Amino acid sequence: MTTEMQKEREKEGVNGALTISTDASTVVLGSKMRIRGLRASFGKSEVLKGIDLDIPDKRVTAIMGPSGCGKTTFIRCLNRIHELTPGARVQGEVLLDGEDIYSPKVDAVVIRRRIGMVFQKPNPFPTMSIYDNVAAGLKLNGVKDRKLLDGVVEKSLKMAFLWDEVKDDLRKSGTALSGGQQQRLCIARAIAVEPEVLLMDEPASALDPTATAKIEEAMVELKKQYTIVIVTHNMQQAARVADNTAFFYLGELVEFGETAQLFENPAKELTERYITGKFG
Amino acid sequence: MVAAAAVAIVSLLAAIAYELTVGSKVSLERYGFSFLTGTTWDTVHQIYGAAPFIYGTLLTSALSLLIGLPISIGVAVFLVEKLKARRNEAYLIGMMIELLAAVPSVIYGLWGLFVLSPFLRVYVEDPLSKYVGFLPVFSGTPFGLDFFTAGVILAIMIIPTISAVSRNILNAVPNSQREAMYSLGATDWEVISKGILPYARSGLFGATILGLGRAVGETMAVTMVIGNAPKISASLFSPGYTLASAIANQFTETTSPLNTSALVELGLILFFVALAINVFARLLLWRMSRITNVKI
Amino acid sequence: MANVAGMMTNPGIAKRRRLINRGMSALVYAAVCLAIAPLVFVLADVAIKGASAINIDFFTKLPTPVGVSGGGIANAIVGTFIMVGIGSLISIPIGAGAGIFFSEWPESRLSIISSFMNDVLAEFPSIVIGIFVFILVVLATGTFSALAGGISLAIIMIPIVARTTEESLKLVPRSLREAAMALGISRWKTVLRIVISTGKAGLFTGILLAVARAAGETAPLLLTSLGNTFYASSLMQPTAAMPLLIYTYGISPFPDWQAKAWGAALVLILIMLALNLLVKLTIGRRFANQRAEI
Repeated sequence: MTTEMQKEREKEGVNGALTISTDASTVVLGSKMRIRGLRASFGKSEVLKGIDLDIPDKRVTAIMGPSGCGKTTFIRCLNRIHELTPGARVQGEVLLDGEDIYSPKVDAVVIRRRIGMVFQKPNPFPTMSIYDNVAAGLKLNGVKDRKLLDGVVEKSLKMAFLWDEVKDDLRKSGTALSGGQQQRLCIARAIAVEPEVLLMDEPASALDPTATAKIEEAMVELKKQYTIVIVTHNMQQAARVADNTAFFYLGELVEFGETAQLFENPAKELTERYITGKFG
Repeated sequence: MVAAAAVAIVSLLAAIAYELTVGSKVSLERYGFSFLTGTTWDTVHQIYGAAPFIYGTLLTSALSLLIGLPISIGVAVFLVEKLKARRNEAYLIGMMIELLAAVPSVIYGLWGLFVLSPFLRVYVEDPLSKYVGFLPVFSGTPFGLDFFTAGVILAIMIIPTISAVSRNILNAVPNSQREAMYSLGATDWEVISKGILPYARSGLFGATILGLGRAVGETMAVTMVIGNAPKISASLFSPGYTLASAIANQFTETTSPLNTSALVELGLILFFVALAINVFARLLLWRMSRITNVKI
Repeated sequence: MANVAGMMTNPGIAKRRRLINRGMSALVYAAVCLAIAPLVFVLADVAIKGASAINIDFFTKLPTPVGVSGGGIANAIVGTFIMVGIGSLISIPIGAGAGIFFSEWPESRLSIISSFMNDVLAEFPSIVIGIFVFILVVLATGTFSALAGGISLAIIMIPIVARTTEESLKLVPRSLREAAMALGISRWKTVLRIVISTGKAGLFTGILLAVARAAGETAPLLLTSLGNTFYASSLMQPTAAMPLLIYTYGISPFPDWQAKAWGAALVLILIMLALNLLVKLTIGRRFANQRAEI
C-alpha cells in the first residue's frame, strides 16, 4: 500500500469502518452515501441531533438502537420520505455518490427511484395483481414494452426469492399472499426500478421465523447488486446479515463499525449496555 | 320509550310507501306499467304518462354528475393531499363548501332564475348554439330555462355532498399506500392517481351515488330553472320537467282525481328511485369503512 | 438490464411527468375555485338585491296588493316561526329518543335497521314527504294548514336530530358510563343524568341544524300549508312561510314582488348564517368535521 492510497482511505473513512485487507489484493471500498450533520425534527421535537455516517457501497449496514432512538427517521431521511410528513424538517447533507440529495437542484422524485424502500408492514397495492405491483414503478417511469416488463418482473421476483411460489398465477391480487410473501413482493417491487440503494425498515419484524429466514436469504443475494441499509432491533439478525452496524441512541450516532467487532468488542459503554440487554 | 322513537322511524318510511301507493291507486289501475313509458301528459284531455319526467330526472342528474363529480373529487383531493399541513386553510375552505350545502334550495332557484340562467344563456348557450347548433344535443333556440341550466344548478348543489364524503374517504386511505408509491419515485399526482384514487374507488363511487340521490330529489331549484314543459328532447336547451319539479309545480292545481293520482304516482316512482339509490350508496360506503376500519 | 435503467432516466419522460404533475395541480386548484365561486355569487347577489327591499315595514307589515308599493313579509316570518316551532316540538323528542337508542343500544337489531332507515330518510326528497303529509293530514282535515306544514317539517327534522344526538352521545367516553353503572346507578338513570348532560352541547347543535334546515324547506310546505297573503287566524288554515314566499313571488312577473322575494331571501340567509355560526361556536373546531354531511 502506498502512502497516497493510505491518505485516500483516511480521507474517506470517518468512523474507521472500512475494512482494508493488507495482502496483495487490496480492495478500496467507497461510500455509496455520506451523511453529514443530519438533523431531523417533527415540529418542535428534534429526533436526529446531528448524524455523521458513511454507508459503504454494496454492503449491508444495520442501524440499531432502542425504540425512539431515531433509526427509522434516519433512513426515511435517506430517501426523502421523512419530509412528506406535515411539520417534518430536515437539515444537513446527505450525499449520494458525492451529490447532496437535498440540494434544491435535485428532484426528490428521481432520488426516490434511486433509493428504494421496503417498509415494516408489507404494503402491496391491493387493487393490483402481483405482476402489476412489481411493474408499478416501471410503468410510472415510462416503460411500456410488454416483453421488457415481463423480463424485469420475473427477474425481480427471482431475486426476492418469490418467483417459484407465484409464477403460476401472476394475476392474483397482491394481497392474496401470506405476510412473508407480501413482504417479498414489496422487495421485488422496490428492486424492479433498479435502485442503487435499498432501505429496509425492520422488514421482518412482522413475520414469523420461516418468512424471516427467506427475507434474510434474499438480502444476501441482493447485496451483490445493491447497497443495503437495514433498521433492525434484532441483534441476531444483524449478526447474520449485516457487514457493518451503527448504534443509535436518543437521536445520536454512538458507534459504527464492523458488526462482529461491534458486538464482541464495543468501544463505547452505551453500546455495550445495549448489547448485553441492560436497556431497550 | 326511546325504542319507540326508533320504531317510529322505521314505520315512518313504511307509512310513506303505503300512503303513496294508496294515493296512486286511481292512476295505477288506469295505466299499470305503461305509465312508465307513456310520453303524453295532458291535463286537459286527461292523458298521463311518466316518461317525460323520468327522462328529465335522468338527464339533469346525469348532467349534474358530469359537471359536479370532477369538481368534487378535485376539491377532496385538494383538501386531503395539497393542504395536508395547513389545517387553517383546509378548515376555511371546508367550511365554505359546507356553507354551499346550507343555502336553501329555493334561494338557489331564485338566483338561478335571475342570475345564472341569463348568464348561461348569453355566455354558454348562445355561443354553443351558434357554433355547434347542428348537433342534436345543442339544437334549438336557447332561452336559458332548460335542462342545461337545471343540470348546472344541480351540479352546484351536489358538490358539497360528494366532496364532503370523498374527503372522509381519502383521509381513510392509509399513509403506507402513499409512502409505497412515493418510494418508487412517483410524482404527487401519480401518487394520487395510481395509488390513492384506485384504493378509494368503491368509497368514491358510493359518494357519487349519494350525490346522485340528492340530485334526483332536488325540487325547488330545478323547478325554477327548468322551464316546466313535459317534453322529451335530445337538446339540452329544451325546457323540460323532472319528477320532483312536476309534483311541485302542479300539485295544488290539479284538474281531476286522476290528475292528482298521477302526480302521486310520480311521487311513488321518485320514492323508489331515491330509496334504491340511497340504500345502494350507504351500502357502498359501509363496505369501504369496513375495509379501512374507519367510520365514514 | 442496462436499457431498463436507461429508459427510466430518459429526461423526456421525466419532463412530461413533471408537466403533468403541475397541470393536474392547476386543475385541482381550478376545481376548488369553481366550487366556491357560486357561493360567493349567490351570497353577493342576495345581499345586493335583497338589501334594497329591506326596511322596518318589511318585517312588520303584511304584503300589499300587486302594484302597490310598500308592505312587508310579516306574515311569512311569523308563519315560518310557527311551523318550525311545531316541527321542533314533534321532532325533538322523537329524534333525540331515537338518537339515544342508537347510541346506547347499538347492537340491537332494531337499532341497526332503524339507524340505517334514519340515514336514508335524511337524504330523502322532501317533496315526497310533502305528498305523504298532504294525504295524511290535508285530505283528512280538509284544509291546508300550519299543522300540516309543521308535521312535514318535523319528518324532515327527525333524522337530523337523531343523527347528531347519536354522534354526540357516542363521543361521551365509555368509561363514564361504566363508572356510573359500577356505582350502582341504573342504566336508564345513567343515560339520562350522566351521558346526556355531558353530551348536551351536541344535542343543542343538532336542534339548531335541524331548525336551520326546516326554515329553508319549501317543497313540502307547497303541498301542506300552501301560503297565505294574510296572517292565518288559526293553526288549521293555510299559512305563509318565508321560503314559500320566495318561490311564489320569485316566479311571479311583478317586479315589486320579485324584489320582496330577494329581500326575504336575504333575511333567510342571515338566519341560516346566524344558526350555523351558533353551531360552530357551541361545538368548537374539534367536532366541526362531523357536520359535513347534514
